[in-house]
Amino acid sequence: MNKVFENRVRLTVMSILAVNDSMDFNSLKKMLTLTDGNLATHIGSLERKKYIKVEKEFVGKKTLTTYSATQAGRKAFSEHIDAMEKLIKQCK
Amino acid sequence: MSTIEDRLKDISDIRSMMEQSSKFISLSGLSGISAGIVGMAAAVIALNFSGTAGTESSGSNGVVFFLIGSVLTLIAALSLAAYFSVRMARKKELPVWSAATKSLLVNLFIPLAVGGLFCLLLLYHNIPFLIAPSMLIFYGLALLNASKYTLKEIRYLGMSEICLGLIASAWVQFGIVFWGIGFGMLHIIYGTFMYFKYEK
Repeated sequence: MNKVFENRVRLTVMSILAVNDSMDFNSLKKMLTLTDGNLATHIGSLERKKYIKVEKEFVGKKTLTTYSATQAGRKAFSEHIDAMEKLIKQCK
Repeated sequence: MSTIEDRLKDISDIRSMMEQSSKFISLSGLSGISAGIVGMAAAVIALNFSGTAGTESSGSNGVVFFLIGSVLTLIAALSLAAYFSVRMARKKELPVWSAATKSLLVNLFIPLAVGGLFCLLLLYHNIPFLIAPSMLIFYGLALLNASKYTLKEIRYLGMSEICLGLIASAWVQFGIVFWGIGFGMLHIIYGTFMYFKYEK
C-alpha cells in the first residue's frame, strides 16, 4: 500500500488524472468540492512525489494551471490498485 | 490499518470519479425522444412538400425551403436535447460544462461539420438524392466518434444510423423515409430505452 494514496483526496485526484490527459485546477476543485487551499496542499504532496506534472500558462491575464499524471504516478497508482485488490481477495 | 470497508469505498470513489471526469454522463433519454419527435415532424413535412410540389422540380425555391428547414430542425433538436441534459445534470448536481462536455462536443461536431459541408457540396453538384443518406452516415460516424466521451450505448445508435444511411444510399427514392426513420424513430427508441434504463 502506498502511503500517499491513503488519503482519499489524493487518491481521487490521481484517478481523475489517470483517465484524462490533463485537468485544470478549477475543474478538479469543482469535481471534488474542495477549497483552494485544501486541494493545493494535496496536489503539492503529489507533485513532490513526482506523481503529477504541473503546467502553467497565461490565458489573457490569468494563469491557467493544469495537471497531468507522470509515468511514475501512473505506475504507483496502478500498483496501489493491485495492492487493494490483493487485500480484498485475502479477506474474502 | 485500514479496514476492508474503507478499501471498497475507495474503489467505488475511484470508479465514479474516473467516469464522471472523463465522460459526460448527464445525457438524458428525454433529449433523444424530443430530438426524435422533431426529426419525425420534419420528415413528415418534407414528405408532404415533395409530394405536392416536388423538391427537385420546384428549383431554387425548393433548395431554399430545404436549407431553412434543415437548419430549423437542427436548432430545434439541439436546443431540446441540450435543455433536457442540462436539467438532468442539475438534478444529479454534476457540472454541465466540464472537460468531458468539451471533448464530447468537439468530437461530435468535427464529423458533423464535415458532413454538413459535404451535403452542401452535393447540393451544389445537383446530387440531392444522396443528401439524406449522407446525413445519416455522417451523423452515425459523429455519434460513434463522440461515444468515447459519453454513455456507451450511443455507440449502437451511431452504428444503426450508419447502416441505415448505407441502405438509404442503395434505395435513394426512399431517402426522406429513411431519414425519418433514422433521425425520428431511432432517436425515440434510443431515448425511451435510456430513459427507462437510467432515469426510472
